[in-house]
Amino acid sequence: MTTQERETILRISDLSISFNTFAGRVNAIRGVDLTLHRGETLAIVGESGSGKSVTVKSILGIRSSNERVDHGSIEFSYRDESGQPVTRDLLKMSDKQLQRQIRGKHIALVFQDPMTSLNPTMTIGAQIMEGVRRKKGVSRQAARARSLELLELVGIPDAAARYGHYPHQLSGGMRQRVVIAIALACDPDLLICDEPTTALDVTVQAKILDLIKDIQRKTGLTVIYITHDLGVVARVADTVAVMYAGKLVERGTVQDIFYRPAHPYTWGLLLSVPDMDDPQAKLYTIPGSPPNLLKPVTGDAFAPRNEYALAIDSQREPPMFQITPEHAAATWLLCPGAPDVPMPAALQRRIEHMLKEVQA
Amino acid sequence: MNAQTERAERAGQPLLEVEGLRQHFRMSRHYTVKAVDDVSFTIHRGEIFGLVGESGSGKSTTGRSIIRLYTPTAGRIRFCGQDVSGRLTAQQTLLLRTRMQMIFQDPIASLNPREKVIDIIAEGIDIHHMYESRAQRRDMVLAMLRKVGLAPEHADRYPHQLSGGQRQRVGIARALIMKPDLIIADEAISALDVSIQAQVVNLLKQIQQETGCAILFIAHDLSMVRYISDTIGVLHLGHLVELGTTQDVFEHAVHPYTRALLSAIPRPNPLLERDRPIESYDCRAAGVDYTKGTLHHLSDTHLLLATDEERDRWTRGA
Repeated sequence: MTTQERETILRISDLSISFNTFAGRVNAIRGVDLTLHRGETLAIVGESGSGKSVTVKSILGIRSSNERVDHGSIEFSYRDESGQPVTRDLLKMSDKQLQRQIRGKHIALVFQDPMTSLNPTMTIGAQIMEGVRRKKGVSRQAARARSLELLELVGIPDAAARYGHYPHQLSGGMRQRVVIAIALACDPDLLICDEPTTALDVTVQAKILDLIKDIQRKTGLTVIYITHDLGVVARVADTVAVMYAGKLVERGTVQDIFYRPAHPYTWGLLLSVPDMDDPQAKLYTIPGSPPNLLKPVTGDAFAPRNEYALAIDSQREPPMFQITPEHAAATWLLCPGAPDVPMPAALQRRIEHMLKEVQA
Repeated sequence: MNAQTERAERAGQPLLEVEGLRQHFRMSRHYTVKAVDDVSFTIHRGEIFGLVGESGSGKSTTGRSIIRLYTPTAGRIRFCGQDVSGRLTAQQTLLLRTRMQMIFQDPIASLNPREKVIDIIAEGIDIHHMYESRAQRRDMVLAMLRKVGLAPEHADRYPHQLSGGQRQRVGIARALIMKPDLIIADEAISALDVSIQAQVVNLLKQIQQETGCAILFIAHDLSMVRYISDTIGVLHLGHLVELGTTQDVFEHAVHPYTRALLSAIPRPNPLLERDRPIESYDCRAAGVDYTKGTLHHLSDTHLLLATDEERDRWTRGA
């Protein structure tokens, strides 16, 4: 079991992506390294513009016309039709190859807004069946049966009656369930959820997250979540990657990130969540705003907003310092010989409080 | 008008009284959407009132009826001692348009892309002739920009040249320049990034403390609402199901809908959050009919919409 769990499904190495704009070249992704094991749930967190969506869209080869991959590789391991394990660099595959061999079949994507990702002129049954039929070449009856099965899997009551409904006849939560059913139509190995619950109500959000977790338990699916809600991360993730200005600044298990955060940006993110136990405290905000990636970044991109920045931060970019085999952070504070800077006292109190709550 | 409003203030009357507000939309001969159905609450001077509920619960409609973007179907709205729910006199319109202001959800959609920030912010004082010279107009706008944390050079920019957080600050400045008594913030932070949300919420709270204006804060993010509000009303399907101080609602919630809403907030504590069960609530399955319930006082500040039997059952469970 353990060997199977540790099987690598996706390895992103040194990925750099830039966009050609009127104002110049924007270096949106500046060298991202990420490894994902089969059956694992990874959450990528960061502000808008930190490059989290661009990173995962490049996995599926979804690029805008002004986008350019400067260097890097995305190696994806899967079993082909004959059951042979294959590892391929997705960046080297043509759009046609990706469409035939990868998209939907092995990697599926769930978008943020269920209304714009469904076709308003097609019944939901037909939309689910489309995927089932195209990728598998099955008969109409078998495809219909499979679609009904999927609708039941995603918890839509009375699936046979809902089958002929149009998206506008469903509520937001039901629509997102349909989108998930479509994504699961071809039994993908990897499901990417790009802010799957941002457009939904909290009560519905909880149900959708539990649904995806439930499906994972049944099918062993690997999931990547993109989100900015740390509460969602805490609920679903095994491992967490924190992105800032197109770079990974910290990665580790969910417990590393929440209970032993090492990067000042992660400290700020955790502190800016309203504290449910001390609502009177002033809400912490990270000062300033993210850097303009049109300009080349010297040193640590977070340094201007970082009250713990060292002199070297404005000159040289920090590498990833390994804390444990799983936990790493890109900050000079972890460099041997750096001054010993503890995390902010407010955060320390909060973490102690959280751990106490767990024990209770 | 002024004498009357001042008298009302002296008498310690609430700033805004909403009584039995109904807002129905007739879709066809056979079908009427009852977006807001018999909602009553009061907002006092300098109070931040949070209105929460899921989408379709009628929270935005309530705000829009109060500021008279809609004509209420029934009910009474008293603002500064004046009834502003029926046909408005010129004086009442003036009162409503100057002393009540609104901040909208989407800062891109609510700012005119062809106007400079200075003209957007000054529109209110232009219409109501609240300055004597161009220089004074500019000074007033610059003072507002400073107040919301923007620099003077932002005055001559266009909305598309600003970031999301800056745009929302312009929306706040446009409301503030009228020196309103009540600001209706309709999902004013939902379109913003988390770290920016915190900045805007801090700003709203700080402005409330400096100017003493009241805020009707409409949102679906309960953790932010808890942070900013003094009083919270929970709407569901157009009915106000629970009303109380922030402490009442967050620590002693009684209504099953409020409890479900609170339990659905994910907490940033992975060891606890991972397998925490979430309370669910379906009023139809539970056999709860909001039209049968009446408002019960659980304490001086805490109100609950329920029938007698439901109240007994829910308070026992709480």
